[in-house]
Parts: sequence; C-alpha cells; structure tokens
Amino acid sequence: MTAESVTSERMPAVEIRGATKVFNPGEANEVLALDNIDLNVGAGDFVTLIGPSGCGKSTLLRLVAALVDSTSGTVLVNGKSADQARLDRDYSMVFQKAGLFDWRDVSRNIELPLELMGWRAADRRRRSKEMLELVKLEDFAHHHPLELSGGMAQRVAIARAMSFEPALLLMDEPFGALDEMTREHMQNELLRIWSETETTVIFVTHSISEAVFLSTKVVVMSPRPGRIAAVIDNDLGTRDDTARDAPQFFANVSAVRKVLRAGESQ
Amino acid sequence: MGLKRLRGSIRQAIVFALFVGLLMAAYSAYKGFGQSIDDAQTDWPVVGSILPRTDDLTMPSVLEIIAGVFDAPRGLDEAFGSIVLREAAFTLREAAVGFSAGVIVGLAIAIVLSSSRLLERALVPHVIASQTIPLIAIAPIVVIWGRKNMDFLPWEWHDWMSVSLIATYLTFFPVAINGLRGLHSPSSEALELMDSYAARRGQTLWRLRLPASLPYLFSAFKIAATASVVGAIVGEISAGVTGGLGRRILLEAQRYTTGPERLYVAVLGAAALGIFVFLCISLLEYSLVRRKGTEAIL
Ligand SMILES: Nc1ncnc2c1ncn2[C@@H]1O[C@H](COP(=O)(O)OP(=O)(O)OP(=O)(O)O)[C@@H](O)[C@H]1O
Ligand SMILES: [Mg+2]
Repeated sequence: MTAESVTSERMPAVEIRGATKVFNPGEANEVLALDNIDLNVGAGDFVTLIGPSGCGKSTLLRLVAALVDSTSGTVLVNGKSADQARLDRDYSMVFQKAGLFDWRDVSRNIELPLELMGWRAADRRRRSKEMLELVKLEDFAHHHPLELSGGMAQRVAIARAMSFEPALLLMDEPFGALDEMTREHMQNELLRIWSETETTVIFVTHSISEAVFLSTKVVVMSPRPGRIAAVIDNDLGTRDDTARDAPQFFANVSAVRKVLRAGESQ
Repeated sequence: MGLKRLRGSIRQAIVFALFVGLLMAAYSAYKGFGQSIDDAQTDWPVVGSILPRTDDLTMPSVLEIIAGVFDAPRGLDEAFGSIVLREAAFTLREAAVGFSAGVIVGLAIAIVLSSSRLLERALVPHVIASQTIPLIAIAPIVVIWGRKNMDFLPWEWHDWMSVSLIATYLTFFPVAINGLRGLHSPSSEALELMDSYAARRGQTLWRLRLPASLPYLFSAFKIAATASVVGAIVGEISAGVTGGLGRRILLEAQRYTTGPERLYVAVLGAAALGIFVFLCISLLEYSLVRRKGTEAIL
C-alpha cells in the first residue's frame, strides 16, 4: 500500500471547524442556529446527532450537505468544500418523509439519481435491481409509492440514496415516522447495509435508544444556541437484537440521557 | 379490472343518456308550457308575467330539431348534420391549432415566471390584465393584421390562422396560471433532494417540477380546450371569417325564420364540439396521470 492511500484512508469524511449558522442575520427574526461547532467524522463511522427540538441538528446536516451555507467556519467533506462534495455526489440524503416521486414506480424512483448522473438505462436497471435486493424489496420493483407502507417507502428512499454508492449518507430522522416494531427492524437493516457497504453515516434522531443502538459515536447537542454538549464514544461490539438487552447498551443510554438532561437544565 | 372499468363506462354512458333524455323532456315540457300561455293569450297569474312565452318559431320541437339534422337544406342534397359536421371539423382545426399554440405559450410563460420570484411578481398582473380585453374587440384587429402583416412567414397565412390566434389568446392564460402553481407545487424536501443530487435546473424542471405540475396542467388543459372552441367560434363570428361553426351559426341566425331548427342544430354542434375536446383531454389525462390515482372524468 502506498503512503498516499494510507493518508486518504485516514482522512476524515467530514471535518467541521468553528461552524456558525445565523438565519436571517440582522433582522428581527434572527436565529443563531449553530454556534461554533467543531466535529470530525471518520470514514466508516456511524455518527448520530441527538438533542432537543430546535437545537440545530437538521441545520448541521444541511451544512454538511451544502444545502445551507455556514455563516462562518469551514465544513470539509472528503477533504473538499461541502459544495464541491455535493457537486461530486460524495453524499446522499434521506429525510423523515421518504419523498418518493409518486409518478414513478419504485424501480424508477431508485434510478432517479442515476438518471441525473447520466447513467445508461441498462446500468440503471441493473443497479436498481441490486438495490432492491439490498433493501429486500425485490418483488416491489413496479409497485407504486402510494401502494407501499411507511417502512417500505423509507427502504426505497434508502435504496435511492445508496444507488450511486455515495461515501457518505446523511439521514435526518429517517425512521421518525415509523412505529416501534418497524423502526427496530429498519435499524437492523440499516446496520446490515452499513456494514456491507462501508458507508459513513451521519444520522439525526430524537431517540436515545436509537442513537445508542446504531452509532459508533453519539453527538449530543444543546439548544439555543446550538452547540455540541458532548461526544460519546459508543462501542457495543456486535449490534443485533441481543445488543438491545445488553448491560453496555443500557449504560450508554443512561450516559447519553445524563448529558441531555444537563443540557436542558442549563 | 378491465371488466370493472368496462362496467363503469357502460354505467356512465347510461347516466349520460338519461341526462340527455331528461334535458329533452325538460325542453319539451317548457315548450308545451310556454306555448299554452301563448295560446291562452292571457298572462297567467305570477308565472305568466315572469316566464317568457314560446312558439314553434322560438322553440322548435325536439323532433323537428332531430329531423333538422337529417334534412337537406333547400337547394342542397347534403344532410344539414353533415354540413355542420364539416363546419365543426373546420372549427376544430382552428381550435386545435390555437390550443396547441396556447399550451406552448402558456407553458413557456409559466416556466419563465417560475424561475424568478421577481419576474413572477412583476409580470403575473400583466398576464391577468391580458384577459380583461374583450375577445370581440381584438378579433377584427387580429384578422386584419393577419391579412396584411404575416407575409414574412415561410407559409401562407390564412384567415383561419388568425382565428387560431384568437383561440390561443384564451388558452394560454389558464395554462400559464395553473402551470405556475404546478411548477411551484413540489415540496421543499423534494427540491432539496434534487439539490443534494446536484441536479441542474433543467433536470429539476424536467424530472420534478413538470411531472408534479401534470395534475394542475390537465385541469388547465380542460378549461383551455373548451375555451379554444369558444375562442374559435367567437373569432369566426366577430372577424367575418368564412367557414366554421361560428360562421354557420351566424348564417342560420340570419335565416332563422325559414328554419329555426337549423340554428339549434348548429348550436348543439358547437356544444358537442366543446364536449368532444374536453373528453379528448380527459382521455389523455387518464392515460398519462392515471398512475397518480386520478380518475378520468368520462
Ligand atoms: N430556513 C430557516 N430559516 C430560519 N430559521 C431556521 C431555518 N431553519 C431552521 N431555522 C431555525 O434554526 C433552529 C434550528 O433548527 P433545526 O431545524 O436545525 O433544528 P432541529 O434540531 O433539526 O429540530 P427538530 O428536532 O425539531 O427537527 C431553529 O430555531 C429553527 O427555527
Ligand atoms: Mg430537524
């Protein structure tokens, strides 16, 4: 292995330095949404952002996605500016709402980013089939989004996001609208996909147990202004349904809860 | 599935036939009523003074009107219905050309205006104001203008094209206004999704904004299609163009006393043409937008 590839492996997927975001600066409804955020996300990490509503989780994610500009500070994705990373299609986003286009069937929804990237039809078809296998929806290729359950639709959204194998997956409460059973199932699926594809994931959630179960690192945020209260390393070893009942899981859940409580009482 | 749909169509056809029958019955009933007031030559208390009288000249009987479809006018050996059909085809061509041009112009306006809030705010009032000019006023101008100033075109300009232009004037408006709403209809999430894929403007337009607009556009197309027929007929009448249903209606109005049923047939022909174009658009919508779960109005 050459020295160059070693350094590129070491390079953090996301590097945020002193990022501040002010909405509507200078106006009456000015909001300091993020205040001087520093955060590193290593390649292959699964990082969750957790914190009370309005603490700036979505804003932070959008900053990484270059969907909003930072007021000051720098955001690097794969070593380049966030916007360059966006143009290079280094990442993909998944929102709380699946946001499938209901004039396209499931398969063509998954092909959407590939179309935008100018893939040939045969290649798109093949990839969409692989993706449907990945999310275990092989039999639903030609179903319509309106015919899917919430969990199935969200799986299609994940397949769409992963279709072009982005290095980084940004997920904003993707399972927020699902019932508990479906949610746990989707968490298992996501972890399986994550370990199969070696993607870096930044995952926003409101659920402490979800954060602890999924991630290698939990970033706890505090509100007004949005700051990082703590970064908790979270090593559960193997993550399967037995991990949900392991003592280490509960210990980490209470650790996260403690930091969240402390942030609230400030 | 197919059988269910067929049964649905049959049911709709029966409902339509019943409705037509009901209309004919109501027409005949009023005719009888109005004629009996007339025959009595006295104002019946209350109703006689507010409801107009009728006679065979103002309201030919349903049977006479039906006969008017099949009879040949004096001096001709062609059934009047077939003459009306030919005139309707002429008007349909004007309307179809006008509609198509209106859709193109309307869509172009919608796309340009949707690209900038500033443009939209500045220009939408003008688009609306354009519709306050009465059609009757612009029709003759358009025809004269067409006869004199269109020789720069690579094809020869005919009067019916001026009538199409008048129809365009009516059709671009609903397309532009509804199209604009449709182009703005995608959620901010959907737009952010396209941004996150680094989609170009044209890609977002083609793959998100336009498909999301289809339901809006089709309701505009239905309005525009019927409006294009109205525009063509009014255009023919007020511009003195030869040929078409408008012309025929004018002609039959002038010789009304010798054949009132023919005016009725011509007017019914105009109504039928309007329904026909409406159904054509509905059918197109059904085949294109069906996937969204919308039902065609048939
Ligand atoms: N486009 C915007 N314009 C103005 N203010 C905004 C905008 N987006 C977010 N904000 C403000 O920034 C702050 C952080 O919002 P953000 O959506 O990032 O919070 P969040 O942590 O994702 O909340 P939630 O958990 O409810 O989704 C909030 O006070 C919000 O009002
Ligand atoms: Mg949020």
